Amino acid sequence: MAVNAIRSAKAGAPQSAERRSREQHTSASAARRTRRIVGLAASGVLLVIAVWLSLAIGNRAIPFGDVVQALIAPNADDHVHMIVRDLRVPRTLIGLAAGAALAVAGAIMQGITRNPLADPGLLGVNAGASVFVVIAIAAFGVTAPLGFVWFAFAGAAVAAVVVYAVGSFGRYGATPVKLALAGTAVTAIATSFVTLMLISDSETLNAYRFWQVGSLAGRGLDTFALLWPFVAAGLVLALLLGRTLNLLAFGEELARGLGDNPLLSRTAAAVAVVVLCGSATALAGPIVFIGLVIPHAVRAITGPDYRWILIFSLVLGPVLLLVADVIGRVVLGTGELEAGLVVAAVGAPVMIAVVRRLKVGAL
Amino acid sequence: MTGNPSLATDAQPRTLTARSITRRRAAIVSLVLLVVILVLTVVGVSNGSFSIEPSRILATLFGQGERAEEFVLFRLRLPASVLGILVGAAFGVAGALFQTLLRNPLASPDIIGISGGASVAAAFGILILGVSGAMVSLLAFVGAVIVALAIYSLSYRGGITGMRFVLIGVGFAFMAQSVLGYLLSRGDVREASQALTWMVGGLGGADWQGIAVLAIALAVLLPLVAVLAPQLSMMQLGDDVAASLGVSVHRTRQGVLAVAVAMTAVAVAFAGPIAFVAFVSAPIARRLVGGGALALVPSALVGATVVLTADLLGTYLIPGASVPAGVITAIIGAPYLLWLIAASSRQSRAA
Repeated sequence: MAVNAIRSAKAGAPQSAERRSREQHTSASAARRTRRIVGLAASGVLLVIAVWLSLAIGNRAIPFGDVVQALIAPNADDHVHMIVRDLRVPRTLIGLAAGAALAVAGAIMQGITRNPLADPGLLGVNAGASVFVVIAIAAFGVTAPLGFVWFAFAGAAVAAVVVYAVGSFGRYGATPVKLALAGTAVTAIATSFVTLMLISDSETLNAYRFWQVGSLAGRGLDTFALLWPFVAAGLVLALLLGRTLNLLAFGEELARGLGDNPLLSRTAAAVAVVVLCGSATALAGPIVFIGLVIPHAVRAITGPDYRWILIFSLVLGPVLLLVADVIGRVVLGTGELEAGLVVAAVGAPVMIAVVRRLKVGAL
Repeated sequence: MTGNPSLATDAQPRTLTARSITRRRAAIVSLVLLVVILVLTVVGVSNGSFSIEPSRILATLFGQGERAEEFVLFRLRLPASVLGILVGAAFGVAGALFQTLLRNPLASPDIIGISGGASVAAAFGILILGVSGAMVSLLAFVGAVIVALAIYSLSYRGGITGMRFVLIGVGFAFMAQSVLGYLLSRGDVREASQALTWMVGGLGGADWQGIAVLAIALAVLLPLVAVLAPQLSMMQLGDDVAASLGVSVHRTRQGVLAVAVAMTAVAVAFAGPIAFVAFVSAPIARRLVGGGALALVPSALVGATVVLTADLLGTYLIPGASVPAGVITAIIGAPYLLWLIAASSRQSRAA
């Protein structure tokens, strides 16, 4: 930047239009760079605050010192320490993992499909997981959350594949609208299948209805311990895809011309999405809209560069989920509102705003 | 989308002859469908754990039947069949109106969240307020209307485009889904099961009072449809052409939407949101009739046929268990939706 300034000073008054526009461009990108770094720092601070709130706020507000003490030097007899360690720490960890996974998965889906409405929930992934969970309960008698995990995982994967296959069938490939509708259709099929099982079997209904609200509560550390390696692997793979997604934004042919192997990159992206969605759903149940809202919000700070979008999503996804969970704990006074519901209450208006902004041509 | 005027005039002489053929074909199709509905009704009312000979049905209808026959016919089976015909017709017409108006085969009340709004309101009534019967119907009606108004006002930006309407509706459908999830996780599991059964939709809760209300509502709404239909079919040529032919496009659109929403809402109120009936009826009817016609009467009859068939299948498909019609229609309808999306490569160019 400084070099540019000196150079333009030397060049004196008569500047070519070309150079002027280039300089505007560099100064704009410099401003964007500053905004990204400051934004990322601010997001990090938000994340720390969200984690803090998640540990401290709840049915009983716990002061700063006690939380720290419970984390560093827990006293097994102290009731407050037990709340923090046994209830809030697992909850926070699950929120961190699921939030990051959902937001990053949403960002990849939006990039790879060039679909502004892509979200694991909207694209039927939740519904697929739900079907398999119901089968687990009804046919195999699984009742513990830990037992649902592999079923949710498999179901999410199957649904993701089906939606993508149906949505990309036909001459024009996976257009935004087709994918959204394929997601809706898969959701409808899955929902009616689930309903059929539930109305004929009230025991299954009883076990299932608590899983399907999408919550961070009631899932223990063992679930987290089982799944965090998947989330971590998915996130690493996702972050490696940033450049590829940037290339794909130019369209498949141009991306190929610039040296990308679309088949390979699409496969890698699909693997990342399936692993992330599957583990998030297994961790927290079906949660819609995080994968939609976060990348959209993030884009306002980062611009269209997917390398930045992915990193920001990774940080801000957990913020949204944890804050939603905290809001759900306090908003009713007594009892709790599940995080999934709070997220939907925030996310649906965002989706509607996105749709309203789309040009008629894009529809 | 906006019809090319020269094309429209070119097509004029051909559509005139084509129209009379289409009209005759529509009449034949309607007649056949009527016969099918009659047969389905007879099968529906005569079979069951207590079977009534088809020959006895007429006698019983005219007061010549035994007590048991009268009870089974008037109390149990006839209400279900009549309700099935009425809601099927209402869904069929409503779906045809939505799809034609928004020029989108996916614009159907169950996909765009209107049925979801009804379900949320009904589940709220059953699970939180503890109401039952007519009150649930009323709440469902109100829920459907509120969601429809919300979608309309949010997707209105100097006009309504079909896709925006549909996608905003999909947003509402998902929101409704999560609220339903929350409501179901509250309270007693038996009540949750009851609410769930309502949300599937079926003819199990048929009674004459509800049927009477539904019939009156349809008696008001169907003539309105008949009044609006000519303008609507001119709007199929494109808004500009319709306007040049003297149609008040904006007012017609609002009127048709209002009628379609009202029809959906009353049907959902009394039978629950039977999935995909509104969605599949009009395309089937249009394919039967051919010629790109609006085909409102055949749509209504196809709707009735679909609901009656689904109810019969649900009764006999799994021995010993009665499956609500809504489950059957969903199992049939959803793969059709997937196929429609996969096959719509031409349409998706606009998408």
